[in-house]
Parts: sequence; structure tokens; C-alpha cells
Amino acid sequence: MSITVYISGDSTAISIGANRTAAAVVKEAAQRGVEINLVRNGSRGLYWLEPLIEVVVNNERVAYGAVKPSDVASLFDADFLNGGQHPLALGSVEEIPYFKKQQRLTFARVGITDPISLDDYIAHDGYRGLKNALASSQAEVVKQVTDSGLRGRGGAAFPTGIKWNTVLNTPSEQKYIICNADEGDSGTFSDRMIMEGDPFVLIEGMTIAGLAVGANQGYIYLRVEYPHAHKALNAAIAKAYQANYLGDNIQGSGKKFDLEVRLGAGAYVCGEETSLMESLEGKRGLVRFKPPLPAISGLFGQPTVVNNVISLASVPIILDKGGDYYRDFGMGRSRGTLPLQLAGNLKHTGLVEIAFGMTLRELLYDFGGGSAAGRPIKAVQVGGPLGAFVPESQFDTPLDYEAFAANWTVLGHGGVVAFDDTANMAEMARYAMEFCAIESCGKCTPCRIGSTRGMEVMDDIINNVDREKNVVLLRSLCDTLLNGSLCALGGMTPYPVLSALNHFPEDFGIDE
Amino acid sequence: MTESTTTETVQSIIAELKDKPGALLPILHGIQDALGYIPADSVPAIAGGLNLSRAEVHGVISFYHYFRDTPAGKHTVHLCRAESCQSMGSNALEAHVKNTLGIDYHETTADGLFSLEPVYCLGNCACSPAMQIGEEIYGRVSAESFDEIINDLGVEA
Repeated sequence: MSITVYISGDSTAISIGANRTAAAVVKEAAQRGVEINLVRNGSRGLYWLEPLIEVVVNNERVAYGAVKPSDVASLFDADFLNGGQHPLALGSVEEIPYFKKQQRLTFARVGITDPISLDDYIAHDGYRGLKNALASSQAEVVKQVTDSGLRGRGGAAFPTGIKWNTVLNTPSEQKYIICNADEGDSGTFSDRMIMEGDPFVLIEGMTIAGLAVGANQGYIYLRVEYPHAHKALNAAIAKAYQANYLGDNIQGSGKKFDLEVRLGAGAYVCGEETSLMESLEGKRGLVRFKPPLPAISGLFGQPTVVNNVISLASVPIILDKGGDYYRDFGMGRSRGTLPLQLAGNLKHTGLVEIAFGMTLRELLYDFGGGSAAGRPIKAVQVGGPLGAFVPESQFDTPLDYEAFAANWTVLGHGGVVAFDDTANMAEMARYAMEFCAIESCGKCTPCRIGSTRGMEVMDDIINNVDREKNVVLLRSLCDTLLNGSLCALGGMTPYPVLSALNHFPEDFGIDE
Repeated sequence: MTESTTTETVQSIIAELKDKPGALLPILHGIQDALGYIPADSVPAIAGGLNLSRAEVHGVISFYHYFRDTPAGKHTVHLCRAESCQSMGSNALEAHVKNTLGIDYHETTADGLFSLEPVYCLGNCACSPAMQIGEEIYGRVSAESFDEIINDLGVEA
């Protein structure tokens, strides 16, 4: 009987050698005449333990990590295929505190199943949400999503149910579901992990969305920087079509939903929903004025739901277990769970899905284990390149949309990038302006010109040219960007810039 | 690839994809996948196929960082410049990469082996600094590991 061995096919695991480790395991097994069944699963999200190997022993999974190709022979010597003892042995991943303390709803299957096995997906509670949706009226499905309290996980946190309801109630022959998979924010990778590690959950979520609002065409707008996710999605979509989970007659219901992946081309601004739709239409990704809302006049002028990957991937469990089940997690108006991404200068980087309400400090130290080099954490940028730098004095803020907003910080997509005390925040502020200048779509003046002027002003501040005067100018420029930009790119670039200036004036050469 | 096969390739990609809604980006991806770049002389054919002006097609190509209108080197190094990688020392790595290859961003080495492009996040932020070469993504890249990777690719070529 062959033994099942799991080695992650997640692109971050691959980036640190998972393919080489997998090849070494296959080679060593062949040399020793041992039959193994190698499954390339998603990542459990404990990246400091990747490449991670899990072996099924007596129906339980035993883990070893981080395994380099040079460790493989000794693992075989230690009889790891039967759970043998070895210095890299970790026991069950589910008992590691980092994992055990999490509440995995959206990520329930990631790292456990074979990502592109439909049978595996169904055996692990997949497509139960769709089954319930097919047995419900459209209004009932929308009500479940509304009742769940789910808010847009892309960052804007707009209630998903309200968006769906608008599209449902806008009459049209043609409506669209768009999944915004242009995960361009630095420090975020939860969308990628879902698409690589459990693509069917996104497909199921989009299918439910289509049924709920009466849309029969879906597009996943995927960034070109994610080739592994692209392959996984296309493989899973092909299987879903074969098994009538997509197509003209979904599970014999007579309902139709088609789904296609479209690739972006390296423009950050296309993560903004109206720019994304322009891009899908084959144009330059220029931001549109709102109104009209995309829910009323979106892609090709038709009513369109635009939701983030995690929002859509959270829909199946809501439809499976009910809106109330999901809503019972969380705090205040932030309901359910948020898949947080620990990135940058931390010891234990990875994915932490947990109910809203934990403090940032608990996340950084209890999960993240402090900075990678053991130096003090100086600041963390939460919510991507347009998120504020959060100083140590604000680390006790609970992870909650409103609590973050009250501090003039942004929870956004849940990406957390930590910087140790070697970071220079004036340089980071300059970079924020530079990034805005590089990525501006050019439609509105504050963003297009303000970002370049901002870079110049930051250079002068850093080089101590009329510093006092230029700090006043920088604040005035940020005020213009904040209040005069068309979208969040120009409108939120002041968050990193001003938070750096306000919390770390010494890095700007200002004595306090 | 000769001029006529290039034209044929472009024409067949246009013919295959032009009836998709919003076909321009899929067509441009198709051409860049096949040829490595989007030759200027393919623009009139694309414009004709989609009933657009040449200016519109050119405008789209120039808007997106990923599309290029000149051939790249044999390997394109996409080096991440974003915050997470900066927090793990990518500025020093960037200096090393430019120095080792002897080129700046958007340039190609004289031997045609390597092009260098910046990228703003590869979603590999749990293992910064990161870079991508072809479809390969590399994490926790150091000056030493960069040299090794580049040497291996250079030998391969």
C-alpha cells in the first residue's frame, strides 16, 4: 500500500525549495523501492516551517519541517513514512499553537486537500453551500450573505450583501460577477494562497454569487505576477465544467454560470474596481468616476458585482452553515474572521485566520514571534502600501475595521508588514510617493502630479533643503491628495506619508 | 523567427481571440507569450482586427508595465521593490543585482542574457526578499543566492 505524502505546491513554499525537496523525496523513495503517493497541497501557512512534509500515519498527519533536500535521506533512515522520530519532526500541525489558536473558516481546506481534486473538495464539505443556494430563492441567498455581516475583504469593507442586493434589484438581461484577484498590496498573499491551495472554494463562491444576483458570466481578474494561481484556477475551472458545477446546467438546475480567468498586466491601479473593469474591457486602466456604481452600471455598462477573492471564498461556508454562524465570530461591526498575513521582518511569517478582535500586539508577538533578527519592531504597515505605519504605541488596537479607522490607520486586506528599528521612515514616506507616481493612472491631477512633487519634497526634506518649509508643503500636498483624488491610490498615499511623519519625526530630521 | 512567421503568429492570435468581449489584453498577452514582446509592426494588425485606432492599441500597451515593445533578454529578472522586501533588506540586494548584472531597471545585459525589471509585490512577502525569473519565484534571496541562481542560468544558456 502506498503512503500518502503531502508537500506544498504553494508558490512561496516553492520559492524556498519545496520542488527540490519533493524531487528528493520521490527519488529517494524510488531508490529504496518504497511506493509513495505524493500530493502537492496548498500551504498550511506556517512559512518558517516550509518546505513542510506531512505523512499520513494511522489516518493522522505527522509533519516534518523545514525539510531541505539534504535532510531527505535521513528522514527515510528515521522511517518518517511511519511517523519515525527525527530532529525535524513536528507532530501534528494542528497542535502547533500558531495553527491551533486560529479559526479557519475560509481557509478550512487550504493545506489539507489536493487543491485541484474535485473529489477531495467535495469530501471536505465542498459544494454544500451551492447545494443550499440552489434550493433557495435569490433573495434568500442574498439575505444569508447580508445576515453574515461579511464586508469586502479587499480593503474597503463595504457590506457584501448590500452590494449583491443592489445588483439583484437592478433589472438587466446581462449581469456580471467579477472577482478582483489583482492582489497588488505588498504584504498580502491570502488571495494567492486560496487560489493556489483551494481554487474550488472561489469558484463555488462566484457561482453562488451568480445565482444570487442573476449573473451568468463571471471573470476572475488575476494579476500576471501569480502564474501558479493561474494554473491552479484553470485546472479547477476545467474540472468544474466537466462535473457540471459550471456551464449551462449547473447540477441539473437549468441555471447557467460561465467563468473565465483574465490576466492583468502589472498595473497596481487595476485593483481599483472601476480601473479593473476598464482593463477587462480591453482599455487603459483609467479610474472611472462614481456614480454610477458598478452594481448599477459596471462591466460593459451592465450591473456588476465586484468582490475580492476572500469575500467570495467566504460565501460557501456562509451558505453552508448559515449567516448567523459566520456572524457569531468577530467584534462590533467587523463580523466573521479575517485571514491576516504576517509579512516582512517577522520571525514567524504566514497566514493567521482568526475572528476580528485580537490586538495587533498579540498578532505580532504571540503569532509573529517578534522581528526576524530579534531587534525591536519599530513600526508595522497594515493594509498594504496605502496603509498607515503603526507605531508601537498603537499596537494594542484591536483588529477591527472601526478601531483601526479611529486611529487613522487602515486594516484593509489584513496584510501586516513589520519593520525593525533599522528602518528609516522618511525613506519609506518617500517610497510611498514614488510608488504612487509609478502606479498613478494619470486621470486626476492630485495623484498624477502630486505624487511626483511629493517625491521631490521628500528628497528636499531628507537632504535638509529648507526642511521646515518643505514639511509644511508636504502636509499641504497630502491634504490635496487626500481630498482631491479620484480613487484610493492618490487618496490614501498620505496615510503612509503622514503617519511616518507624525510618529517618527526624528527620521525626517525634526527635533521634538 | 522570420518576419513572415512573426506576422503569421500575430494574425493567428488575433483571429483566435478577437471575438472575446474585451479581447485586447488577451491578444497582447498571447503575442507577448509567443514572441517575448509586442512588436510595433503588430499594432496596425491588432487595431484592424478589433476595429480600434492604432493610438488606442499603443495607449494600452504603454499603460501596462508588463507589456514591452522591445525584446527582452533570455531571462528577465523581476526584482521586488515593495515594502515587505524592503523590510528584509531588498535595497541592498537591489544594489548588488544592478552591480552584478551591470544594468539598471528596464535594461538588458550586452550579451542578451538578462533583463532587469522592478516588480511591486509577488505575493511572496512571507519569505522576503523575493524575485521572479520566468515562472520561477525565489524567496529569501541574498546576494549569495542571487549569484548562484544567475550563474546556473548563465551556464544553462
